[in-house]
Amino acid sequence: MKEITRGAVVKDAGNSVVNKTGSWRTFKPIINYEKCIRCMICWIYCPEPSIYKEDGKDYDAPKEPIKKLPVPVIDYDYCKGCGICVNECPVKAIDFVKEVK
Amino acid sequence: MLRGNESVAYAFKLARIDVFPMFPITPSTLVPERISKFIADGELDAEFIPLESEHSAISAAIGASLKGARVGTATASQGLALMHEILFIASGMRLPIVMGIGNRALSAPINIWCDHQDTMAERDAGWLQFYAESNQEGLDLILMAFKISEDKRVLLPSMVGLDAFVLTHTMEPVDVPEQEEIDEFIGKKKPEYLTLDANNPATFGAFGSPSHYMEFKYAQYLAMKNASVVIDEVFSEFTSKFGRKYSKINEEMMDDADIVFITLGSCTGTAREFIKMKRKEGKKIGLLKITVFRPFPKEEIRKALKGKKVVAVIDRNISFGFGGAVYGEVAAAMNGMDESPKIVDFIVGLGGRDITFNTFEEVLSIAEKAMNEEVDEINWIDVDKEAVEKEEII
Repeated sequence: MKEITRGAVVKDAGNSVVNKTGSWRTFKPIINYEKCIRCMICWIYCPEPSIYKEDGKDYDAPKEPIKKLPVPVIDYDYCKGCGICVNECPVKAIDFVKEVK
Repeated sequence: MLRGNESVAYAFKLARIDVFPMFPITPSTLVPERISKFIADGELDAEFIPLESEHSAISAAIGASLKGARVGTATASQGLALMHEILFIASGMRLPIVMGIGNRALSAPINIWCDHQDTMAERDAGWLQFYAESNQEGLDLILMAFKISEDKRVLLPSMVGLDAFVLTHTMEPVDVPEQEEIDEFIGKKKPEYLTLDANNPATFGAFGSPSHYMEFKYAQYLAMKNASVVIDEVFSEFTSKFGRKYSKINEEMMDDADIVFITLGSCTGTAREFIKMKRKEGKKIGLLKITVFRPFPKEEIRKALKGKKVVAVIDRNISFGFGGAVYGEVAAAMNGMDESPKIVDFIVGLGGRDITFNTFEEVLSIAEKAMNEEVDEINWIDVDKEAVEKEEII
């Protein structure tokens, strides 16, 4: 059963993380790390933001020295699939794939 | 002796409101004038907030009510119309704000005089609606509205309508209860809901997605049903404490009546005197006054109209493309009656046109005709139809 509060009050603070907005997504951006030059433009443009910087040494890269740089990783719990990262990527390293649920 | 607006102001003072957000508009401006005087004279300890519009005034009322304050405000006509979208937020957030309305026509053409178009246009906003026949009723209904709205079974806002000028600006003798009596009757406000509190943070006015929205609306529907019960309780408690009788509908001379006039607001007095006069001529007419329009007293009306022959609904409003709003609601209330009376609608007194004995003479003659033959469903009374038809009918 749902919890329905009077006047739609959300009783506890800081709970917007519970709302996994990734469920709204129709198209899913997938980073192709063999092409990604780790310029972080997608990380800057992501409006959610649901692209995080992570240590990049274990990810594929187009050239070995790039592995020293941090890598962008998409958090699919909150990515709504707006496609801005796909559009902004200068090396076309992000595929946009229709999701079937 | 008090004007209707002063009745509203005195009721707010007796209810010891904490906050009064306002924007002035004819014919209800005297309410904020009096409240500001009460505060300046040290008779009322409240926050007076002048805003830049009615939209802001009702928004401020919501903020103050969320903090747990007892909030009153007053408006009319275009001011109420400007509040429109926020009215739904006040009721959706379940805030017991009480508002006095000087029932006034809506533009165009601009008109400051009485009809019920302004509040009828807001009947679906989730607010309780009361209509006063006199300044005494205006004062009493505002006081009772606080007790009803703040009841934890209800928690919905209320509006109390007083007819523009006929009540708002007319002096009448009003029995103003003692402060101690009202303190005992309403008591200090204990908000029966979560309030804005830095120590207990919560989110108010949050998003309601399709997975939850409908449940919140069902909750409001149930609260309105509860209000129906709470209104009866509060009305009868008021009657036992102050002696003045209130009920959702007021029935007079109904026992042997064949024809029933249904009225709201100040024209009830004229209708009453007219009916008394006609009764001396042997005409069996009854009077049914609707005091509570939301929640609509369906059951009570159905019971009152049992065995009657013709129901004449006096509508001081018009829902274009349909007829009068009260007519529509009464007709719906009659659904399921074994032998439904014939129901005829009368559009009268728009934009402050006087409702006189002549008006009711015409109403009665059509209602009497309806006993034996077909009559028009919607009847405009006291209108120069010829002048309009010359222009509009091609």
